Amino acid sequence: MAEEHICTCHANDYIDPLLPQAAVVTNVRTDTPDVKTFRVVGKDGGICFDHMPGQCAMLTLPGVGEAMFSITSSPTNTEYKEFSIKRCGVLTDALHAMEEGQEIGIRGPYGKPFPVETAFKGQNLLFIAGGIGIAPLRSVINYVRDNRQNYGHVDVLYGSRSANDLVDYKEMCDEWMKEEDFNVYLTIDREQEGWDGHVGFVPAYLKELAFKPDCTAIICGPPIMIKFVLAALIEMGFSKTQVYTTLELKMKCGVGKCGRCNIGSKYVCKDGPVFRCDEIEELPNEY
Amino acid sequence: MKKLAVKDLNKFFDAISADQLLYMPLEKGGSVNYGIYSRGDKYDPTVLHTVKSVKDVFFPQCESMASFVTAGKKFEVAPIAPVDQSFTVFGVRACDVRGMEALDKVFLSDPVDSYYAARRAHGTVISVACSAPEETCFCTAFGIDPTNPGADIQAVIAGEDILFSANTEKGIALLDKVADLLSDTDDSAADDAKASIKEILNKLPLADIDLSAWGEGKTEELFDRPEWDELCKSCLGCGTCTYVCPTCQCYDIRDYKVGDKTTRYRCWDSCMYSDFTMAAHGTNRPDKKQRFRQRFMHKLVYFPDRYGMFSCVGCGRCVAKCPVSMNIVKVIKAMGGKNNG
Amino acid sequence: MQEIEKTLRSRCAELINNGTCDKVIAWDRGEFFYDNSPATFACADCAQKLVYDCFCGANLSKYLIQYAKEGKTAVLLKPCDTYSFNQLLTEHRISRENIYVIGVGCDGMVDIDKIRAMGIKGITAVKEDGEDLVVSTLYGEKTVKKADCLLEKCVSCKSKKHYVFDELIPEADGEDVKENGRFDMVEKLEAMTAEERFEFWQEQLSKCIRCNACRNACPACTCRKCVFDNPHSGVASKANADSFEEKMFHIVRAFHVAGRCTDCGECSRVCPQNIPLHLLNRKFIKEINEFYGEYQAGETADQRGPLVNYTTEDAEPTAVSDRGDN
Repeated sequence: MAEEHICTCHANDYIDPLLPQAAVVTNVRTDTPDVKTFRVVGKDGGICFDHMPGQCAMLTLPGVGEAMFSITSSPTNTEYKEFSIKRCGVLTDALHAMEEGQEIGIRGPYGKPFPVETAFKGQNLLFIAGGIGIAPLRSVINYVRDNRQNYGHVDVLYGSRSANDLVDYKEMCDEWMKEEDFNVYLTIDREQEGWDGHVGFVPAYLKELAFKPDCTAIICGPPIMIKFVLAALIEMGFSKTQVYTTLELKMKCGVGKCGRCNIGSKYVCKDGPVFRCDEIEELPNEY
Repeated sequence: MKKLAVKDLNKFFDAISADQLLYMPLEKGGSVNYGIYSRGDKYDPTVLHTVKSVKDVFFPQCESMASFVTAGKKFEVAPIAPVDQSFTVFGVRACDVRGMEALDKVFLSDPVDSYYAARRAHGTVISVACSAPEETCFCTAFGIDPTNPGADIQAVIAGEDILFSANTEKGIALLDKVADLLSDTDDSAADDAKASIKEILNKLPLADIDLSAWGEGKTEELFDRPEWDELCKSCLGCGTCTYVCPTCQCYDIRDYKVGDKTTRYRCWDSCMYSDFTMAAHGTNRPDKKQRFRQRFMHKLVYFPDRYGMFSCVGCGRCVAKCPVSMNIVKVIKAMGGKNNG
Repeated sequence: MQEIEKTLRSRCAELINNGTCDKVIAWDRGEFFYDNSPATFACADCAQKLVYDCFCGANLSKYLIQYAKEGKTAVLLKPCDTYSFNQLLTEHRISRENIYVIGVGCDGMVDIDKIRAMGIKGITAVKEDGEDLVVSTLYGEKTVKKADCLLEKCVSCKSKKHYVFDELIPEADGEDVKENGRFDMVEKLEAMTAEERFEFWQEQLSKCIRCNACRNACPACTCRKCVFDNPHSGVASKANADSFEEKMFHIVRAFHVAGRCTDCGECSRVCPQNIPLHLLNRKFIKEINEFYGEYQAGETADQRGPLVNYTTEDAEPTAVSDRGDN
């Protein structure tokens, strides 16, 4: 795993790491009926803070609240940060109602990133995502694309409820599918008019595709998908030390103190959200 | 060691509070909690515990962190600076001193919580030895000596006198400041008082509670124990135990909006609350049992795993205050240990 | 009390053995003699451990919502608890056919905090001895009058009679207590000037730590999702962000249980800061009695509360201002 991250974003002033800085939403893209991607730039035009793929940030809408979101854009993007956000609660409702030019609060980065500069280096990579689970993986995938020489073959398996629910579909078609030594497999849960791609759940498609366990697998999606994908990977000969995933729990502080993302002796916001699957095994079996 | 007549304590308080805030246990509406001393307030040495612990001074139940000013699409953050004035806290018991050590582990570890750190840096703590421990006390089980409570200055009440000894630079400086009021006395002056407290300590019914079933690395052994099912049943799921606890440090960050002005504040939260882990997509602890277990596992296993110490100090507040008397002592005993029959 | 405890143990064991119930909700011994916890006893042998003494103040009726969903549950109810039980029936929170009610006689429950407030420290045991309590402490033995140490709800006990039961232990039931002085303190507060009254409540409610013990113990607070926990409500909060909020929580709660509160006194019993919360509820009860005629929530399970039962004789909103309250 990468070195433990030390927050330096507010090193030069007395602002507590719990306080956001103001930033501007410069672009709002509607990806699916319930997912929008927001481009965020610091008020001074910068990217607010540096991050690594897999890390998260807290977004604030004053009076509504604050929540943790994974940063969707790659650190190699030095112009802005992107957040793909699914609408599912009070804050995300309000975020979805935002227009370009809206100022919000942002703080971060939080958590341990994917080990893109250590364990992943020189490896073949297999990304498996379901639904909005593509959000953190897109950061890794684009980081890998921008540092292509450091990684081997890449496979991306991405599934969603329907074709309309595939987040970043355009980028996948226009850019990812054109990369060399880089395969994208898409699937949707049920038959749909106009869809001639694969139909079926992600774990089943994964078994069909019969990837060899000569790669590092990175999973993100709903808990039930993660469970079955992990089982499928083990069946396919992967060891748990080859598989990485991210955990998602309610968070408030982001710095391992407020207590809510505590599982065993770990705090997901600080010790995660990225875990290697053998590390998850050491945690209590329910949270 | 310095000496002051107990009847002159108010002079001592007046001198300290002349140019800084002095927090101490004060009665209000029939309950004793830490409050800010003003001239004439009485300190009652017979009250062993405040309802809320000294945690409330260093990590207040509710504190504002910033205001957000919004105008149209614009958004400004106006941070509220951490404390920058010195203050003193008087009357802290040994268990609460240890409780602060547990809070230090959390809030002073990277990244440092600047609000808490500022209070710790600017606060001078005067502890007072427990003259009359209660039956609910079991601090000695955690190796705490209530006759030597520690902190910047420690005090012992011996008959008509209160005896002070400074343990830190801050403590020495504070005693210097009020040197006029104090007279020198022999270091052995507190011995008799301490000896009679120790006699009571030996009789404490919970003092020999056996903690051997708990501690680092016990997650696997304890997590799925069937006892949790019964233990959690009477729990009301209220936050009393967590709020009176000197070490429970979970908090929430919330906004309070009036018109265009939003105050971002943080406040104590409780893992016993059903919405503690409630995210928009659901909660990972839907049942009372999971929430109940979390609190005790956190204090007695996860915290030791992470920080090398129990985050229970045996103050007995939850023992006295739980509305249904389902407290940490019962939980500790339920999981075994040879003295816990 | 010891006699009753013995009878209760054998009777509960019998009820489990003969299949009348599969579990009993009663009180279990704590670490000391004053800290009994509500508990379920699911076997005849376990029932031998149940406790009934002067420290069984906790009202067990609310536990039935969660634990009497399946099977048949027996519960021990003191006279005051039976009102709560009826009210829960009225509101369809529990099913009568799932529950076997054992009405237990009660001559007042003791408040350990009152003994402590007498300056008695280090209490390791309390024994009832006629009208006295013999208190063993780390600092020696003390004797106090039981009548001086009763829970607030027992000081102003409104009835020794069970309003619902399947059987009674002991068999002879008590009577209503007519002169109970329940509204004495409310009247004192009414007699204050508005400023004095505000100061009283300000001092008391500013002690509130928002632990929700009052709400969670209250048998009338049975909302599945309390407005104060609901992120969509706009008032969800866990701390009193200002002095308005600390009052708002309790006043909203008092309004919400008005007409349904049976005056069981749990709110004040469980408050870790000893806020006399029951006074808010009693004010409402007193007002309801004045404006709508004497009404006791939970007296039966089939009555309609005056606040949810419109009649043309109902008091007009102007009745309060006409009365000339300060």
